[in-house]
Amino acid sequence: MSKTDKIDIDYVAKLARIELTEAEKQTYSAQLGQILEYFDKLSKVDVSGVEASAHAHAMYNVWREGDVPAQPMSVEKALMNAPAKRLNQIVVPKVVDEA
Amino acid sequence: MEYEAVIGLEVHVQLNTRSKMFTDVPYKFGEEPNTLTDPVIWALPGVLPVLNYEAIRKAIKAGMLFGCTIPDIAKWDRKNYFYPDSAKNYQLSQYDQPLCLGGEVEIELAGKDGSQMGPHRKVKLTRIHLEEDVGKLTHHAGESLVDYNRAGTPLIEIVSEPDMHSGEEAFAYLNSLRDCLVFADISACDMEKGQMRCDANISVRPKGQAELGVKVELKNINSMSNVRLGIEYEIRRQIDCIKKGVAIVQETRRFDAALGVTQSMRSKEDAHDYRYFPDPDLMPVKISDELREQIRSELPDLPFDLQRKFMEQDGLPYSITSVLCHDRELSEYFAEALKTHNNPKAIANLLVNELLRELSAEGQGGGKHNLADCKITPALLAGLVKVIDSGVISKQIGKEVFVEMFATGKSAEQIVNEKGLKQNTDSGEIEKFCLDAMAANAKAIEQFKAGNEKAINALIGPVMKASKGKANPAMVLETLKRLIK
Amino acid sequence: MSDIAFKSVKELSDMLAKGEISSVELTKVYIERTAALDGKVHAFLFKDERLALDGAEASDKRRARGETLGALDGIPVALKDVIAVENQPLTCASKMLEHYVSPYTATSVKNLQSRGAVLWGRLNMDEFAMGSSCENSAFGPTHNPWDLSRIPGGSSGGSAAAVAACFCACSLGSDTGGSIRQPASLCGVVGMKPTYGLVSRYGLAAFASSLDQIGPFARTVQDAAMLLGAVASYDPKDSTSVNTPIPDYAANLDSNWLKGKKLGLPKEYLPEGLDTQVRAAIEKSVEKCAAAGAEIVEISLPHTELAIPVYYIIATAEASSNLARYDGVRYTHRSDKAKDIVDLYYKSRAEGFGEEVKRRIILGSYVLSSGYYDAYYLRAQKVRTLIRRDFEKVFESGIDAVVAPTSPSAAFKLGEKMSDPLEMYLNDIFTINVNLAGLPGISVPCALSSEGLPIGFQIIGKPFDEQNLFSCAHSCEELFGMRGVLPNLQ
Repeated sequence: MSKTDKIDIDYVAKLARIELTEAEKQTYSAQLGQILEYFDKLSKVDVSGVEASAHAHAMYNVWREGDVPAQPMSVEKALMNAPAKRLNQIVVPKVVDEA
Repeated sequence: MEYEAVIGLEVHVQLNTRSKMFTDVPYKFGEEPNTLTDPVIWALPGVLPVLNYEAIRKAIKAGMLFGCTIPDIAKWDRKNYFYPDSAKNYQLSQYDQPLCLGGEVEIELAGKDGSQMGPHRKVKLTRIHLEEDVGKLTHHAGESLVDYNRAGTPLIEIVSEPDMHSGEEAFAYLNSLRDCLVFADISACDMEKGQMRCDANISVRPKGQAELGVKVELKNINSMSNVRLGIEYEIRRQIDCIKKGVAIVQETRRFDAALGVTQSMRSKEDAHDYRYFPDPDLMPVKISDELREQIRSELPDLPFDLQRKFMEQDGLPYSITSVLCHDRELSEYFAEALKTHNNPKAIANLLVNELLRELSAEGQGGGKHNLADCKITPALLAGLVKVIDSGVISKQIGKEVFVEMFATGKSAEQIVNEKGLKQNTDSGEIEKFCLDAMAANAKAIEQFKAGNEKAINALIGPVMKASKGKANPAMVLETLKRLIK
Repeated sequence: MSDIAFKSVKELSDMLAKGEISSVELTKVYIERTAALDGKVHAFLFKDERLALDGAEASDKRRARGETLGALDGIPVALKDVIAVENQPLTCASKMLEHYVSPYTATSVKNLQSRGAVLWGRLNMDEFAMGSSCENSAFGPTHNPWDLSRIPGGSSGGSAAAVAACFCACSLGSDTGGSIRQPASLCGVVGMKPTYGLVSRYGLAAFASSLDQIGPFARTVQDAAMLLGAVASYDPKDSTSVNTPIPDYAANLDSNWLKGKKLGLPKEYLPEGLDTQVRAAIEKSVEKCAAAGAEIVEISLPHTELAIPVYYIIATAEASSNLARYDGVRYTHRSDKAKDIVDLYYKSRAEGFGEEVKRRIILGSYVLSSGYYDAYYLRAQKVRTLIRRDFEKVFESGIDAVVAPTSPSAAFKLGEKMSDPLEMYLNDIFTINVNLAGLPGISVPCALSSEGLPIGFQIIGKPFDEQNLFSCAHSCEELFGMRGVLPNLQ
């Protein structure tokens, strides 16, 4: 992390799947550059031997026991907000099988 | 130049829990679309995942089967990527602290023929981690449809080291994985139902070269035999490329079973940036020694260990054990039968040679036996052997009893009594039958006296006939010998 | 009847109990006041008068049968539009969810319902709770009831404004980096963020999962305590929920709490250049506490300043992943201009998300991306540990509560800071540390500025020690004399 790091806005927008206009790209690049420069404070902190906090409180073994199946939601309810549906499924533009 | 293929497999296996990995709706194969979901599966605003303890136990159990190290702490991470079959657009998986590390899977390669054990070796594992399955897309003209029934089903990914070198090894590895996981009640591993899925990483290098060749990923191979065929084809293709001086591209390919070839899906130029980070909605798990011991105590004998035991301790032939030990239902049936009467050899023989034949004949040549619906319970089958061993009936009569038992489910004793099949051990009556036979065949007596031992068979036949097959053969022989002297 | 609207939950509850008013009458008071005045404030995104009156009627019937469900039975409560209620819209103030209706109810709301509260409308906010001014709502900003040209704070601006404007008896908001306490401070009401894990997050549309908490807004500390007691519960559907006893906070308030207690005043929270009126208000308030018998101890929370980068790395990283589900496929806005599936993602998200949300998703995606994870996210998590330890050390040294300003300034003008996101982020400096440390915090009005704008006094407590926090806040409230001081909205 350093001040010279410049955000590759096209790459990150692609990761985030957000289409940006040229104007937005410029604005965001400049703003994020400024923000990242501010973030540079962090690189000066000595964190050797410090544990990372992924949560506010450390807890373990929070799980559901018994493996008891519950009643599923009705298809009607499941699809009530669907922007496009057919045959009780969500319709999307044809996916070229890439995975 | 000689070439060597290097193969690593990533095998996804659905766990047979009753509810899903991060919420409590059930999963079943082949249900109507989107009938097995809830707000969590749809990733509606506000929902949160909760770990299924049973799935964690089963994943640890899988690891223990293969001698993996079970670490003290495991956690879940988000693997971020956009795809319509993943409602959250991230998959909850395990990145750097999975449930199982290392381990190995014993495999058996083909022997000289079906009656001989083939060579065994161990394939090294990298890790096993516990994650969630995704939904299912079906493709139609101009559109794809998404069904989230399968989404959220507990899935373990078993990652092997690049430690295999042929399609045959990969095939044997998959078979062994399946056997072990089925035996331990972790999954049914039915590839047709998508319960077990396999991706292969394949590269080829000149024999003796240390570094690996360019890796090709073979995706979504949908049957055991296609794993073998796909890998074999891909190895040949890569060797061909090298020989022709064509560069092998690092890419993902799929196996077209109909054409018998692999085809490029997309090149890897667009490497994924999954942005893994620890899931803030789930807490890590601490695995105690207590839990480890508890799960360890539930581990079944592994198929190959069972096979060695049967062969070494019980003297069963390889051909029978190779049927018995690669089928959980059959081996459980066998174990159950031994509880009633401990004659492994006779029971295994009857089970594998008689019962399976009858069942597959009944299954109209489909070959798939259905022990669960069979009228002959383990106790009944063992009872039949017991009746033979105690001399109540002969082996010959035993076969008749078996046929009746298969049809009716009656016990051996009942059948013997009802049909009057009990062996005749009345020495007076047997002596009378013997004397009758001797009187009718003086020539046989002469020959026997002259040293032709086999001549006595000519006398046994008529005695058995006269007793309607029920005379105890040993008694008949003994009586004849005594009377002739 | 119109002064009814200004009463506290406690007073209203007593009136209901004595039969001096019915829940239907009370609910109508708020419905009418909202109808008359919310055109100016724009606190509400959705109102369903029929639904609220049905709830009120059911409450009155229960009461007539002698089956009242508790102190909140019949009390109209409004919700920030980020908390799911079955068959109600849930927009998160985003175009992305403009037409979305939730098929299920949040655990916190189920708790409210089981205590008979009347659900009255859904409140404006910064889109997906990202912002400190309520200007990031896709449906237009909320105005501060004290001065309609000013922001109410955010992200729970609607929740704070609705309580200040007396459009409801109390409300729920959510706080990821100050989103309850800061608007409470700017609107002159009480706003409380519970210890992380006390209130179930199930049904709260996630912004940053490891920081988000639902909490109450009210016109008195006692009311906030009543409301928190009603929504808090251990929830097996939320793995970060903590199984801890929930006492009757409101019944156990100690008005003499300050006597003999040690209040820590962190020097980092009164930095040079702090707005002079805020400084003066805090110093005066601290003096009042001292006069009431509290010992004021100057303390240091040395990692305070680092909270801005830590917070904006962790919160945006988690948000970039949490908001990935809003993709145009299953239930959100879907672009009708998409050529293929990838385009559908790009365009639906470009059209559905507002500027600030996009900015944060991009920032969050960046800090998690290949090659940057260790430098940003992992490092931020480690510094987060240091920030939490700062507080642990202070509490271990015998400090009973930490006191500080809630916001570096009183409410600013609409549009004043929209152009500079970093400046806006720096504004959160006094509130985000509490979220990073998972602690409970409360903002109590302590003064009015020379322009007549409220200034909030923040109190930070020990984890899961809400009872002492409420008692402290309750005692302070008595000293500060701001209870019942409400904007003159006409």
